[in-house]
Amino acid sequence: MTMKKSTVALLAVAMLTVGACSKKAPADLPPPPAGTDTGSYDPNAGQNQVVPGSQADFVASVASDRIFFGFDQYNVDAEDQATLRSQAEWLQRNPAVRVILEGHADERGTRDYNIALGERRANAAKNFLVSLGISGSRIDVLSYGKERPAAIGSDENAYAQNRRAVTVVIAR
Amino acid sequence: MTYSLSRKLALLATACGAFVAASTASAQSAAPAAAPTDAPRTAEVVADVSNERTVIAVPAFATPSAQVVAGLRTDNLGRQMADIIAANLERSGLYAPLGPSSVRGITMDEVTAPRYADWTARNADNVVHGFVRASSTGGLIVGCYLYDTVLGTELVRQGYEIQAGDWRRAAHKCSDAIYSRLSGEAPFFDSRVAYIAESGPKGNRIKRLAIMDSDGGNHRFITNGQALALSPRFSPDYKKIVYVSYLNNRVRVFIYDTVTEKQNLVTESSNTTFAPRWSPDGRKILFSMAVGGNTDIYVVPASGGTPTRLTSTPGIDVGGSFSPDGSKIVFESDRSGTQQLYVMNADGSDQRRISFGGGRYATPEWSPRGDLVAFTRLGGGNIRVGVMTPSGGGERLLTNSWQDEAPTWSPNGRVLQFFRTSAGRDGKSSLWQVDLTGVNLRRLPTPQDGSDPSWGPVQP
Repeated sequence: MTMKKSTVALLAVAMLTVGACSKKAPADLPPPPAGTDTGSYDPNAGQNQVVPGSQADFVASVASDRIFFGFDQYNVDAEDQATLRSQAEWLQRNPAVRVILEGHADERGTRDYNIALGERRANAAKNFLVSLGISGSRIDVLSYGKERPAAIGSDENAYAQNRRAVTVVIAR
Repeated sequence: MTYSLSRKLALLATACGAFVAASTASAQSAAPAAAPTDAPRTAEVVADVSNERTVIAVPAFATPSAQVVAGLRTDNLGRQMADIIAANLERSGLYAPLGPSSVRGITMDEVTAPRYADWTARNADNVVHGFVRASSTGGLIVGCYLYDTVLGTELVRQGYEIQAGDWRRAAHKCSDAIYSRLSGEAPFFDSRVAYIAESGPKGNRIKRLAIMDSDGGNHRFITNGQALALSPRFSPDYKKIVYVSYLNNRVRVFIYDTVTEKQNLVTESSNTTFAPRWSPDGRKILFSMAVGGNTDIYVVPASGGTPTRLTSTPGIDVGGSFSPDGSKIVFESDRSGTQQLYVMNADGSDQRRISFGGGRYATPEWSPRGDLVAFTRLGGGNIRVGVMTPSGGGERLLTNSWQDEAPTWSPNGRVLQFFRTSAGRDGKSSLWQVDLTGVNLRRLPTPQDGSDPSWGPVQP
């Protein structure tokens, strides 16, 4: 897909419409983060009152809290860059907020390699945020390897959702 | 009957002329079941071989009188020890034991004077006898004997004076004596396994460090499950366990002391550390560390100190396992583009790729015998466990299931444990064991689901 630099809002709309033709984005996106996903989300997530600077605020404000990768890949493509730009803008509006960048892999790999692969993915996302002016000291990397799948099926659709880097606001 | 009996009778013919006539009859009746040794190596022949197991009778151990020692009845222990020995021999795949539930019990007098005819009548090539009685110091004395029922000879005679709580170990020691005498292989039953006990939903598994005997007995949880625990390894003296914990939302290698029940970081670092392994002498720990997304292998004294980096490619260099003499390390790297196995000297020099088959190779483990490297192979469908020589030759895959992963060697290098994961939304992991023929595949009993087994040495 072709995607010119544009405003975040336009990008978000564009992604909704072209997501299905992406070569690697999941066919149906995972649900918004729930408590069972990583156990590290803000406890206010999902409640009606959105606290500024919270995980709920973050998710409501950015294109997506996560980017996806191809099999054994960790490159940040144009679609991922658009997502991370929206995250960087929110982080710039909330300068006191720190985040964890979680790296994940699908289940069809060995445990230690997948931890290393999750590190690569989380660092690729972190490095792009840093390139947009976000201080690296605000971003902790945490690789879960294959330990915390977002989709629990054993098929390519689930694997595509699980090969991800997720930005999680650290609750204060 | 069995191949081993045929061989035994052949020996008899040259050594003991007087018995030949009587024995030939049973040899002839046994002949139809014996596989021809020059048959083509087909799957069918392999299956035949698996059926030709030496029959060993394992009656309940005798006791002079039912005594209670530390709350345990000696007559009950005698039966349970025979059960453990029979289960061990069965799981090895080499033997067809007749356990205490299928053969009669024995008297104390019989322990050293077996009635051979009774056991040959059950087609048993060998019979195990033993006894359990209270010692004068409040413990137990256990006797362990193995007889050849055809030759009418004693093959093993051992005695153990133990604390009552160690009665399972006596059964494993006896199993080892029997196995070593009959197979010519080094012992392995009296050993322990560290692994990860799993529970909870697939998307949010609870993973706890746990330890148990090689047969699943004496099971104990070490961690409470609040933090993810992964990839444990017993130190060679069993006093420590190195493992990965997600404590405080970080991925770090800890050394857990089984005596003091305290744990320390293997190295102070803000980076992710994982995939730990002991050196054979227990003095060093290999681990992997990710710095800015790039993973390399390091070594550090187990007592602490400055880590030394052993690899320096931009790819993922991870895991690693020492050769038994400590001079070399087999490890995993994707420097070629995909995960492959490499061998280097223990100081990091002379790194050479050894895996060249199809697909990707991971989790190499050097056999304690030194002759083979076990691995996980990925690609083209199933994920499987196999072995190759340390120079990369003679590759053989031993399992074929949806996902078999992370083999660990028995202390004698003849058996592998690994974990098997099933597919799907309810996919679970379990511990399995397979011998080097690939034929003798068994699931290990664990209280919960299990993964990441790590087999320690034979206990001193």
